[in-house]
Amino acid sequence: MQRYSGFGLVKHALGHHENWERQWRNPTPKKRYDVIIVGGGGHGLATAYYLAKEFGVKNVAVVEKGWLGGGNTARNTTIVRSNYLWDEAARLYNHSLDLWKGLSQDLNYNVMFSQRGVLNLGHTLQDMRDIQRRVHANRLNGIDSEVVTPGQIKEIEPELDISSRARYPIMGASWQKSAGVARHDAVAWGYARGADALGVDLLQNTEVTGFKILDGKVLGVHTNRGDIEANTVGCVAAGNSGVLANMAGIRLPLESHPLQALVSEPLKPVLNTVTMSNHVHGYVSQSDKGDLVIGAGIDGYVGYGQRGSYPTIEHTLQAIVEMFPMFSRVRMNRQWGGIVDTCPDACPILSKTKVKGLYFNCGWGTGGFKATPGSGHVFAASLAKGEMHPIAAPFSIDRFHTGALIDEHGAAGVAH
Amino acid sequence: MFHIFCPYCQEHREEEEFHARGQAHLMRPADPDNTSDEEWGDYLFFRNNPRGIHHEMWVHSVGCRKFFNITRNTVTYDILETYPMGEQPTITADSEKLRKEQGVQTADGGWQTVGAQPESKALNEETSS
Repeated sequence: MQRYSGFGLVKHALGHHENWERQWRNPTPKKRYDVIIVGGGGHGLATAYYLAKEFGVKNVAVVEKGWLGGGNTARNTTIVRSNYLWDEAARLYNHSLDLWKGLSQDLNYNVMFSQRGVLNLGHTLQDMRDIQRRVHANRLNGIDSEVVTPGQIKEIEPELDISSRARYPIMGASWQKSAGVARHDAVAWGYARGADALGVDLLQNTEVTGFKILDGKVLGVHTNRGDIEANTVGCVAAGNSGVLANMAGIRLPLESHPLQALVSEPLKPVLNTVTMSNHVHGYVSQSDKGDLVIGAGIDGYVGYGQRGSYPTIEHTLQAIVEMFPMFSRVRMNRQWGGIVDTCPDACPILSKTKVKGLYFNCGWGTGGFKATPGSGHVFAASLAKGEMHPIAAPFSIDRFHTGALIDEHGAAGVAH
Repeated sequence: MFHIFCPYCQEHREEEEFHARGQAHLMRPADPDNTSDEEWGDYLFFRNNPRGIHHEMWVHSVGCRKFFNITRNTVTYDILETYPMGEQPTITADSEKLRKEQGVQTADGGWQTVGAQPESKALNEETSS
């Protein structure tokens, strides 16, 4: 692998940038691998990377039906935070946040992780009680969360309307200073390049059409490029997890919904941080390029169309203008939808299944991007050892029968 | 934007008047006292999540406020039929597959409902797609 550095940039500039290496190979599928990862998004690529790097499993294939990082990894609003209520979720997302901090150095790839902080606004007394409860829970789990007053909010984000004239006046917020944003595409590409350099085969345009299962054990996958064998298969397919599970005869407690995001025309720097509101229901940050990155709720119906409905766009922008009246005349540039696999308790599923050797990492719903490194790391550990990693263990699919749900609807930030 | 035919109001109304309420035809376990954790979990949390034909419950929340069912394609978003609570769908994933093989397509790109005749003979021919 060609290492990137400032010196290298100067060297290639002198050579008119004609000698950059390809970031990863485009290999032909082998007959057999130790582990197959189905799904080449951020989580899948991170899993492959950590399998090869930390757990010594290098004979790995990532099977992707489209191109790498072309699904929800490319469609989210790039927010990274870990201020979740319950211990299990806080551990998982905080493990991820710890990995984010050193990710650019680890991957030798600039993922543009910027810890600019996240505000979660409260507009009612109940909001404020929930925020206080969550902040206290966060602090017990070692997460840097605090409750801030409207006066402090104005100092953090001066353009927010904290006046009492607002329809839903802002009463306070939770503030996680170590949270922020990262460049979504770079995360997928960085993991892909790192995994490839360690010997992982990234198989693009390879669609899984079925599983080879004998006596309750997985033996491999059928694809449009032939059968590939492996005794361990990890499915990390987000919105299409249910479709894959069906092929293996497994039911998942998931529903796939479109979740939209939009970006505005580029503006001069106006936002310092990420602002989210559950109550008026919208969230916004500003990318380094200058566009406002805006998101809100899922469309209420099951859909695989990767596009969203107009009423949802309207509600989203109403919320943004409610929080930031100065954006009322900003023009939107692009809008898109991703398919999110929502779970009844708004927490992911990292689990073994009734098919031996077949694992699922899914159900991240509306908040998977922030968890990319942590999810990949604990899932890789689980696949390598055949036992779920202690951080992943509470997210077993069994919880929907035992009742040990982890209800994160309050912290999820997107109602569903 | 969906344009949904409410089977009670007997007219098409805009999507915003309605609210999606999830999978249709879910049966609550008949004998709750003797239902296993397995069955309760399945009833409460596990859903069909098909890529294709889906039967789902909607409510005309700012109209007649009644619940009804929709058969809809979750990829093309075509609404194939709406029918009141208590009735069964006339279009299912199996029947839809059969109809597609027969190639009876309507002018707007959807698939003709059961029993209806295509508007013109040309529509009866196999399409290249």
